[in-house]
Amino acid sequence: MRLKDKGSGILLTFIIMAVFWILLSGLFDTFHLISGLVCCALVAILSHDLLVKGKSEKGILKSLRLLIYIPWELWQIVLANVDVAYRVLHPRMPIDPRIIEFETELRGEFSLVTLANSITLTPGTITISVEPEKGKFRVHAIAKEPADALLVDQTMQRKIAHVFMETGV
Amino acid sequence: MVVIHVIVTALLGAGIFFTLVGSIGLLRFPDFYTRLHATGKCDTLGGGLLILGTMVYHLFQYPETLLVPAKLAFLIFFIFIANPTATHALMKSAYKTGMEPWHLGEKRR
Amino acid sequence: MITVFWITLLFIAIAVGLSLYRAVAGPGVFNRVAAVNIIGTKTIALLVVMGYYFERPYFFDIALLYAMINFIGTLVFARYLERGELWS
Repeated sequence: MRLKDKGSGILLTFIIMAVFWILLSGLFDTFHLISGLVCCALVAILSHDLLVKGKSEKGILKSLRLLIYIPWELWQIVLANVDVAYRVLHPRMPIDPRIIEFETELRGEFSLVTLANSITLTPGTITISVEPEKGKFRVHAIAKEPADALLVDQTMQRKIAHVFMETGV
Repeated sequence: MVVIHVIVTALLGAGIFFTLVGSIGLLRFPDFYTRLHATGKCDTLGGGLLILGTMVYHLFQYPETLLVPAKLAFLIFFIFIANPTATHALMKSAYKTGMEPWHLGEKRR
Repeated sequence: MITVFWITLLFIAIAVGLSLYRAVAGPGVFNRVAAVNIIGTKTIALLVVMGYYFERPYFFDIALLYAMINFIGTLVFARYLERGELWS
């Protein structure tokens, strides 16, 4: 890889590590700051490719759209927990579990991970396995309505495809 | 000052409610996959709400040190990412080693 | 406010006790690993509230560290149960 591609990865890792050092220590005298920056530089040079992989175009726009996507997801988390609480505390326990499979057209690594995490956090579904080449998801659903919301409506796939700017159905 | 105490009590109460619901679901559900549904979702939000309640309490009781709420915010963010990932890893390994899911009308396991 | 924290700690301890039944009596190893993971998550919240109850600021660092240890431990367990070995 060229030095320019590696340079931005090293810089980003160094900035993230330095922010965490200052956040976790809280001491601002010279000795601790200098030793912290030296440690961050060492870690960034040796293992920057664990955090930032290659180049990604239009990173700023994707991060902004991700920030807008997060409040919708927090609302879905609250809905999911109210739904599970209803199913647990009901005296007859209305569950009807099943396993479903579907395919998406998202192919990027980060978008597949975000979709799997979102499926686990939304009402009634948990991801079992993901195939990265064909985009096939296997999902365990706890009743019929959450499974339909994932298979038929496909709101979540469209939102994530809008965030990461790929064509997803 | 009383308003802050009411808000913190409400947040802590909601956190306790979701944590207890997660534990009751762990006892009541009939199968491993459904038990992971109960704990993986309810426990994440319950822990997050508890830590959020103490964060609000800290912001109004000790307003000089702002580094501690930043640390607690990072802890909440980490819990929201780590718990679903661990749930997914457990479920995938159970499916790959051949555990059968439960259907309506069978016996409890 | 201290009584509110004390009641919170009591209820979290009750929830840990309820999960302990599943850790002892769950049929098979998967139920037990899931119960231990849940007890770990509740311990993180317990440590943070205890830091405010005893007014010691060092409990938050312990909570952060234990969150990471719990996560890595569950992942290693799941990988070992899936493959039969950790690395070949």
